[in-house]
Amino acid sequence: MRQIDLSISSIVGITAFFSGTLFVNHPAIPSVVVVLLAVLAGLLLGAVNAALIAWGKIPSLITTLGTLYIFRGANYAWVHGRQVNAVNVPGSFLAIGTSTFAGIPILTWIVLILLVVFSIGLRQYRAGREFYAIGSNLNAAVLAGINVSRLLATGFIISGAIAGLAGALWLARFGTVDATAAEGIELTVITSTVVGGVAITGGVGTVVGAVLGALLLSVFSSTLVFLRVPSFWQQAFQGAMLLLAIAVDAYLAYRHALRSRVKWSRV
Amino acid sequence: MRESQPNTRRLAGRVNWEALLALLLLIAVVGGTLLNKDFLTTDNWANLLANFVEIALMALPLSLIVITGEIDLSVASMLGLSSSLLGLLWDAKVAVALGIVVCLLVGALCGALNGFLIVRFRLPSLAVTIGTLALFRGFAYILLGDKAVADFPPEYIAFGIGVVPYTFIPVPFALFIILALVFWVVLHHTTLGRSLYAIGGNQTAALFSGINLSRLKMLLFVTSGIISALAGIVFTFRFSSSRADNGTGFELSAIAAVFLGGVTVQGGKGTVTGVVLSLLLIGIINNVLTLADVSNEILRIVTGSLLIVSVLLPNIIASTRERLRLMQRQKEIANLSAASVSK
Repeated sequence: MRQIDLSISSIVGITAFFSGTLFVNHPAIPSVVVVLLAVLAGLLLGAVNAALIAWGKIPSLITTLGTLYIFRGANYAWVHGRQVNAVNVPGSFLAIGTSTFAGIPILTWIVLILLVVFSIGLRQYRAGREFYAIGSNLNAAVLAGINVSRLLATGFIISGAIAGLAGALWLARFGTVDATAAEGIELTVITSTVVGGVAITGGVGTVVGAVLGALLLSVFSSTLVFLRVPSFWQQAFQGAMLLLAIAVDAYLAYRHALRSRVKWSRV
Repeated sequence: MRESQPNTRRLAGRVNWEALLALLLLIAVVGGTLLNKDFLTTDNWANLLANFVEIALMALPLSLIVITGEIDLSVASMLGLSSSLLGLLWDAKVAVALGIVVCLLVGALCGALNGFLIVRFRLPSLAVTIGTLALFRGFAYILLGDKAVADFPPEYIAFGIGVVPYTFIPVPFALFIILALVFWVVLHHTTLGRSLYAIGGNQTAALFSGINLSRLKMLLFVTSGIISALAGIVFTFRFSSSRADNGTGFELSAIAAVFLGGVTVQGGKGTVTGVVLSLLLIGIINNVLTLADVSNEILRIVTGSLLIVSVLLPNIIASTRERLRLMQRQKEIANLSAASVSK
């Protein structure tokens, strides 16, 4: 849609701590309720972004850069140096982060299920196609009668809700959560998406590509660890990957444009 | 019909962003004075002015970049890289003066990389500078790791924390004033400055009127790199500390200051005066909150909110203005038709 959500890492952080606090304050609470509440919390934070972007007409970059800091700041103020420890989180919940089903980690299953849902949603449903339409040509989309504000809002609300889910899973995976949880992961997410072939200029890309991009990146960073490259190199490496991905993408688009021009001149 | 426009429209047309900022600034100063007896002291003002000088420096080239419709998110990372490099060189017993030159050169190179990717590959500046935000900060970590270099020579520390003789103005802030004047002259009184507005207003039209887009954009990003490196040097001497994470997140404050200063996201609008006023406003708000023992976390929330409000407010003003205009138009049409009927 040619929009961007930079605030996801802050939403993940705040919902991770939120889920942890639920377990601390209500030890008997069922895990399902916690996950649902985390998703709901993420959804509400996403709705803040959505309202500012779709109806306040603020560019998403500015909005989410602002809320990135607001949500994280709120998280710090709320957490206030405390942390949720694995002791307070029931084992059945932590099991989501560690156990496997049919040989594949449950976390991977969750990603796979979401992947299928999103792929089908984007390919087969009208709203999914309209997302691409907005990204390809906003004016054309408006003229075609697409309710751009509503779709924009939907996109950011979904992004928030998924970040909320990711927050709950973050807690399940790590057990211990403080105010810095998930800080800076927005960069990894953006890099994965772009490396996975989603054009930063909008209109192009698939969810499968983005997930493959994430997989590629994590394989690379594991490789860096195995090769005993100091961890300080990770960030520079990620930045370079992002730049390389957008440069290659632009180059391919340029070549494609060149080739189609040649084809037309022959006709 | 021009003369008979109602007062409401004239009023709306006259809402001047800079006047509004000046008013807010006045309110902030009065409020600060009333809230805290330490606010209106020379010591506090020296502190206040020094505290946002790096952000102020970076905001100058950034506002020019935003006026042309681009953005540079990598400024704070270039600051961190320059600070780390300065520390590393000093640690390796390189003379500080030479270190400073090297840092400025590296800043120029970083800016040139941004400019090159944006101009030559026609990549969106947002995407490129998110990438270099990570890349340059990554370089800073590669250079310095988690070490810190602290023992800089006293004459340079004096530059960082000293004040201009016989005043309470910190030396780095005096540097900012000089640079702000230079940027003001360039933006508002040279052909180059007018070209920047032309690019932001309509890139294609600017191109056809013979403006060398590529060269100007390159120049802007290189300037941004050099000034950010300068900000890194100031930061290093002010805190006598060189660390890889110096200035992390400063890009947010710089961008907030630019937008609050009346530079629009779409480009083509904004003044240096507005940006300087908004920098002062942000500096005072932060200072008042710090004096009131408000924690850093809340300051983050405030800066983030300022960023959003600074864009939301002009949007609301613009849409209200548009609505008033429409109402006026309707009234005119009604009057006209009434007049023709009575004829």
